[in-house]
Amino acid sequence: MSNISDLGIAGIRDGLTGGDFTAREVAETFIGRVSAAKPLNAFLVETPDHALAAADVADKAIAAGETLGKMVGVPIGMKDLFCTEGVETTAASGILEGFTPQYESTVSANLFKAGAGMLGKLNMDQFAMGSSNETSAFGNVISPWRRNDGGNTDLAPGGSSGGSAAVVSGRIAPAATGTDTGGSIRQPAAFVGITGFKPTYGRCSRWGTIAFASSLDQAGPMAQDVRDCAIMLEAMAGFDPKDSTSLELPVPDWEAALNSNLAGKKIGIPKEYRVDNMPAEIDALWEQGIAWLKDAGATIVDVSLPHTKYALPAYYIIAPAEASSNLARYDGVRYGSRDLPDGAGLQDMYAATREAGFGAEVKRRIMIGTYVLSAGYYDAYYTQAQKVRTLISQDFEKAWNSCDLLLTPTAPSAAFGLGEKADDPLAMYLNDVFTVPSSLAGLPAMSVPTGLDGQGLPLGLQIIGKALDEQNVFNAGLALEERAGFVAKPEQWW
Amino acid sequence: MSVDKQTVQKIASLSRIAITDAEADALVPELNNILGWVEQLGEVDCKDVEPMTAVIPNKLRLREDAVTDGDMRDKILKNAPAAEHGFFGVPKVIE
Amino acid sequence: MTESTYRIQGATGEWEVVIGLEVHAQVTSNAKLFSGASTEFGAEPNTQVSLVDAAMPGMLPVPNKECVRQAVRTGLAINAQINKYSRFDRKNYFYADLPQGYQISQLYHPIVGEGEVQISLDEKDPDAHGKAIGIERIHIEQDAGKLMHDQHPTMSYVDLNRCGVALMEIVSRPDMTSPKEAGAYVKKLRSILRYVGSCDGNMEQGSMRADVNVSVRKPGEELGIRTETKNVNSVRFVQQVIEYEAQRQVDVLESGGEIVQETRLFDPDKGETRSMRSKEDAHDYRYFPDPDLLPLELEDDFIFDCKASLPELPDEKRARYKNVLGLSAYNAAVLTAEHETALWFEKLLDTSNEPEKIASSAANWMTSELFGALNKMGLTITESPVTPEQAAELLGLVADGTISGKIAKQVFEIMLETGDGAAKIVEEKGLKQESDTGAIEKVIAEVMQANADKVEEYRGGKDKLFGFFVGQTMKAMQGKANPQVVNELLKKTLDN
Ligand SMILES: [Mg+2]
Ligand SMILES: [Zn+2]
Repeated sequence: MSNISDLGIAGIRDGLTGGDFTAREVAETFIGRVSAAKPLNAFLVETPDHALAAADVADKAIAAGETLGKMVGVPIGMKDLFCTEGVETTAASGILEGFTPQYESTVSANLFKAGAGMLGKLNMDQFAMGSSNETSAFGNVISPWRRNDGGNTDLAPGGSSGGSAAVVSGRIAPAATGTDTGGSIRQPAAFVGITGFKPTYGRCSRWGTIAFASSLDQAGPMAQDVRDCAIMLEAMAGFDPKDSTSLELPVPDWEAALNSNLAGKKIGIPKEYRVDNMPAEIDALWEQGIAWLKDAGATIVDVSLPHTKYALPAYYIIAPAEASSNLARYDGVRYGSRDLPDGAGLQDMYAATREAGFGAEVKRRIMIGTYVLSAGYYDAYYTQAQKVRTLISQDFEKAWNSCDLLLTPTAPSAAFGLGEKADDPLAMYLNDVFTVPSSLAGLPAMSVPTGLDGQGLPLGLQIIGKALDEQNVFNAGLALEERAGFVAKPEQWW
Repeated sequence: MSVDKQTVQKIASLSRIAITDAEADALVPELNNILGWVEQLGEVDCKDVEPMTAVIPNKLRLREDAVTDGDMRDKILKNAPAAEHGFFGVPKVIE
Repeated sequence: MTESTYRIQGATGEWEVVIGLEVHAQVTSNAKLFSGASTEFGAEPNTQVSLVDAAMPGMLPVPNKECVRQAVRTGLAINAQINKYSRFDRKNYFYADLPQGYQISQLYHPIVGEGEVQISLDEKDPDAHGKAIGIERIHIEQDAGKLMHDQHPTMSYVDLNRCGVALMEIVSRPDMTSPKEAGAYVKKLRSILRYVGSCDGNMEQGSMRADVNVSVRKPGEELGIRTETKNVNSVRFVQQVIEYEAQRQVDVLESGGEIVQETRLFDPDKGETRSMRSKEDAHDYRYFPDPDLLPLELEDDFIFDCKASLPELPDEKRARYKNVLGLSAYNAAVLTAEHETALWFEKLLDTSNEPEKIASSAANWMTSELFGALNKMGLTITESPVTPEQAAELLGLVADGTISGKIAKQVFEIMLETGDGAAKIVEEKGLKQESDTGAIEKVIAEVMQANADKVEEYRGGKDKLFGFFVGQTMKAMQGKANPQVVNELLKKTLDN
């Protein structure tokens, strides 16, 4: 038997039902990993009691021979964007410091109902705005990975689900929740060599998840492999009448239908994703991915998504616009921090509270969003961006006439060092160039780890599918996974 | 379209974010850099294109008119920086 | 409406006034527009607040079907276009009564489009002096919470109970030209809403309030710049605002000033409006479609059901009362102005197999006797101590000659006091009308005997004394004699 800490969701399930270990042993193992991982700064709050309580429930259920939930006995990390009842939730922002939700988000509640326990709340980019986890008010998350140059440069785990990426790759948690607005699950997954899945918009309820950009935000699993992602997404997803954008559809049994034989499937290769300055290693990996999918029985076709280059600028209008409005509620009146200078009136209190409580990137995006919605600019910016979004969505629709899935790189580079891009917002935004288009179109997409670059850092490939066709995304991901045989993991230095 | 310092101050005020003079100065090139970049969208011919409304085809559901919520003042006020006598407290407002 | 042309006499000549109203009407519903919290009035602070209403992080709106239905029914009641596609937009601004930092409203695609409301300045004959006021749109939106400024020396208190309650904003065209027209419009709109049942119209509790847009101009000139006076909560105040604002604007313009487009507040104690502490960015609301909500698409069936559920509306009812029931224009107008009054009247008619026959007398009795009595007691028609069925009984006794109209008044008063039925009262108090000629002849003989001199005078040609004999006879019979029989018999006896 391998180490418990190396096991993922399916491994834990099989071990528990096979009687190899108890859920309490699993929980204790990971709780130990969590407390040893402080140098990574991945957790904002640790909740060992929650994990242990869930483990005890699991052990009882197993002993009683009850029907078990999909996540039974699996202790997970929870991105701090999910409101957790009685557990401080801040979205890694100073403005929510001390906020203790009196309610449980639908996604976390679903996971707990399926038997998962919670190890703690995971650090992230503040309000999910960032691609390197450097915008957290509570310090950077440090990637467990190191370059193979013998140095000890701290690397970015990607973002915004940086804490989630770090703990899964560091084997500190077997799985973690993420959220993806423009790539926040897939890009960090690629940076740390794990699997991350963003489902179709509307599959996972947004109720109780702190909003960044409502028309884009989707929760999804971050785990060791494709199978674990399928299991976990089944537990997270489902119709929620409390979310008006939730899809009223049953959750398929994705795990049971996993099949890496891609005979009869057509995989599109979008030519517009061959961007300038792409590292040769990523290009090569993409070619390798094409070969692997052919080997799995798929046919490869060239497709064109002509509006791809406009996806990122459209995203950087739409997401900040929605955010500027979504974040108006953080005003120091009902929860969170309040800054009340002497003699300040109500409006002064708002301005002071928000100045002190929001980080620089959040303020930048709120201001951009405010500007593009303001009188005289709304049509030129916001309406135009939503029209371009329609065109981007139509590009995908047209592509589906000639293929079933798309294969692209996940990110234009491997993980970079903390601080290396922090001064240039635009350079940082470009990290999401491959992930944003499918976010704008609401499509399911996943990142699968498929190789290491010359520095010994993970690289990922992305599969994009049709709306609601998570199954084929999982299947193609599995085909890549089986052929890539990616087993690298970071050496424990912390 | 590019923003000047006065516009930056106006946006900050609309956003209710207090900024200093120096911060406003620093934000001018920063925001212009981003705005200049997103303005490439203007190149796209969007004649006869409808702006996106629902990314995945879906219908707005309406709920029944029943009282199913509320009656939880303690939970509502639990995290308030200032709450008294069942109310939230804010600095006195003159209307 | 020519006779009522309203003009301000200024130093430089006559000015006319242009008025448009935005009426906010609280939709009658159990729960709020986007949350399941109760809408009931008068609860303890913050007890009718859900996590959604308090804008807790991650909370999402889900629309209430009844609020949509009531807006559609209201639109249909004013013959407006119902938009099968509408959307919810966010109106962004910061204020302590607005937890989300935005109000969910409908700017770009409202649920109801163009319609109209018929008003009249002549209550006696509305058809003779009618005018159509254009309705631009009706949209659905959230109400805000409430601030209290007088509970603490340095703090304002925030109560979110009202926050999220559904409002219909009914926006008129600037079609009104006098305070009286605006008053008639608000009353008529209120009447329609109450007929439809989409709003209780209770202006004191704030379930209906008006933003009053006023501008002035020289007759025939372009529209002037307008001011908007917010949240005016009675018909009288609406009229006061217009009078005050029109005069103020004329004064400003004539002394060389300019009108500032601004939001103003009305002070009912002083009868004045004043500028609200304006914020320079107050009108940059950065509206955009709410990404938490999909477009609202209505099915034909839904609209059809809304239409089928509408009651007969005041104008149709008034026409029917006039044309089918034969009521006077005045009675028809008075009885249809309030839905409850019309329902009361119709209940009364329902007691008869031939309602047309009793309609006029019932209408006369209601508008004089019943309304007079209720007025004195300070009661509304729904609080009337006498039921329509009891009233029918009373009127029936008059119609079949059991009691006279005069006795009926007396009986009605006893009914109001005791709650007893008319027949019972007549029976117990012996108020039944005497039609027996023998008994009446006997009394007449006594009266003539006691007034032999007057009999002589009458027979000598002093015709006017006839009334004296009627009075004496009635008096002797304590008013219970059938006046018609008394008349006939007296004539016969005296003229012999
Ligand atoms: Mg208004
Ligand atoms: Zn309004």
